Amino acid sequence: MSISVKNISKSYGKVQAVNDISFEVKEGEIFGLIGPDGAGKTTLFRILTTLLLADSGTAEVDGKDMVADYIDIRNHVGYMPGRFSLYQDLSVEENLEFFATIFGTTIEENYDLIKDIYVQIEPFKKRRAGALSGGMKQKLALSCALIHKPKVLFLDEPTTGVDPVSRKEFWEMLKRLQQKGITILVSTPYMDEAALCDRIALMQDGLILEVDTPENISKRFPTKLYNVSTDNTYKLIQDLKSYDSMHSVFPFGEWVHYADENKKFRPIDLQDYLEDKEHTNINIEITEPTIEDTFMELSDY
Amino acid sequence: MKRFIGFIKKEFYHIFRDKRSLFILFGMPIAQILLFGFAVTNEINNVKVAIYDKANDVESLKLIQNISASQYFEIDKMIYDSSEIESIFKQGQVKAVLVFESDFAQKLTKENIANIQIITDATEPNTATTIINYIGAILQKYQAGLNKTIQMPYQIKAETRMLYNPELKSVFMFVPGVMTIILMLVSAMMTSISITREKEIGTMEILLVSPLKPSQVILGKVFPYIFLSIINAVVILLLGFFIFGMPMQGGFLLLGLESILFIVSALALGILISTISETQQTAMMISLMGLLLPVILLSGFIFPIASMPKALQIFSNIIPATWYIIILKGIMLKGVGIAILWKETLILFGMTLFFIVLSIKKYKIRLE
Repeated sequence: MSISVKNISKSYGKVQAVNDISFEVKEGEIFGLIGPDGAGKTTLFRILTTLLLADSGTAEVDGKDMVADYIDIRNHVGYMPGRFSLYQDLSVEENLEFFATIFGTTIEENYDLIKDIYVQIEPFKKRRAGALSGGMKQKLALSCALIHKPKVLFLDEPTTGVDPVSRKEFWEMLKRLQQKGITILVSTPYMDEAALCDRIALMQDGLILEVDTPENISKRFPTKLYNVSTDNTYKLIQDLKSYDSMHSVFPFGEWVHYADENKKFRPIDLQDYLEDKEHTNINIEITEPTIEDTFMELSDY
Repeated sequence: MKRFIGFIKKEFYHIFRDKRSLFILFGMPIAQILLFGFAVTNEINNVKVAIYDKANDVESLKLIQNISASQYFEIDKMIYDSSEIESIFKQGQVKAVLVFESDFAQKLTKENIANIQIITDATEPNTATTIINYIGAILQKYQAGLNKTIQMPYQIKAETRMLYNPELKSVFMFVPGVMTIILMLVSAMMTSISITREKEIGTMEILLVSPLKPSQVILGKVFPYIFLSIINAVVILLLGFFIFGMPMQGGFLLLGLESILFIVSALALGILISTISETQQTAMMISLMGLLLPVILLSGFIFPIASMPKALQIFSNIIPATWYIIILKGIMLKGVGIAILWKETLILFGMTLFFIVLSIKKYKIRLE
């Protein structure tokens, strides 16, 4: 196991940030922590990177104990905090050089590892890091976190605030790093990115709701799921919520996702109900549940 | 070692790319020393006085001449009515008015006693006192000239001599003081700010999750400031020496070593401040309120410690700057060596050691 977490808890005063969490990450796996802001993802990252001490529980990273061997762990992991944390007044090249030096290596030595990422920002290597765009900052931060060839890479919300194209590129890079044998623990609030991980843990309020592959997580949805739309989405949500056998309702893009308690549910009954409520242009069709649906289901929103 | 050099290189990038810290580092010492040297001074020069001469006779005119001949006073105005005195002070230009009584010469020669009234603007008490002393001295001298022929039967004559600063130049007091302030400011404030900046921008997280040891981070942070502080000390000494004629009686080696000791104590204080503050703003406020103010007010730089209330006198003992100023004055003005200054040096050394141990203990290897 590359990372193993056993019964970790951590609270700040009265707020229980992480509550009795356990999971394991296999070597060479991309493992995603999925959950909204405040779910405890960052706290968990800081505990695993030895920045915080847990109140209780144990954890091992690359076979080393997070308390006793913290210096060892610090030597062999790469960490990219959620906030952009490089020196804004240093140029791209100077930042990379600095991190290479403090890890006792050089850019040349591990160039092949960062090449794919670094070539994209190399044209701007004389530019101050503070003047880079969001996507480029992330690429630079990733390069800096990788420069010492870490065994485990911790990425805390690496794509928050990054445009969709850069996000896609970023995930492609992670896949390539995985092929080089690096274990990656990544957190994200975006459900679409969850599907790109090998396994994910759904987190909320300091608890892990579920750990599984993205496909299995989607399949956990207990009933059939329908896409519903009419001309008045706001009223539609209100009316669906007051439908007798309603199981769950929440907006999903241009649609409203609707699930019913009743196993014998027929869309035509719902259609009639909505017509009675004077809805026009009614569409009801069956759809595949996504990770987001399962997450909503599990977290009882 | 390579790591350490890499770290220091980075620190110098930060310093030289930030205009604000560059100004504090190099603009401030020069501005302060010139400011204290030229503007803020207890000496009086060309003070404007007004004369109300009711006598207008030979003796009063001679006296007025004597006063205006001195470099300290400049006769701004002659007035002819007592009602003008009040309004002239309100304008604020004139700091003193001399009133000669009528028939001044006659009274002096016939009755052997004549009166001069000195009225000063005591909104600035120090200046007022100084003016009275200076005018008094001029009058005494004049009087002595008159009495040259007469031998008084019993006489005690005070021969005064001002040692180490015969002209009572205030710059002799300010150069050591400013040097103390600058070294304190540069060392303590700048290091505390530069460490808390890493916390604020989040790079401290990355530095912690790296093979760098806390001691390497701290040393890397303080080393550039030791270097810059020494440069500053040299600049201040050169300015004091060449512009203000500051004497240098003692040895440079001792001065240098004592200064490095003081710099290290200030750096340790800076690290200590950075461990208790989360933002640059807090670090700056603590440095200014907690370090700079005591240094200026309580270290004996401006106000003599002996005339402070007992509680403040005791408090002044725990300020490292108090001891450094004593050492500086001792070396520069009196030319004494370690044989005399060993006690102060030992106290400063003890304080430095205490701050270093405390700041290492308080330095966090994790985020909380």
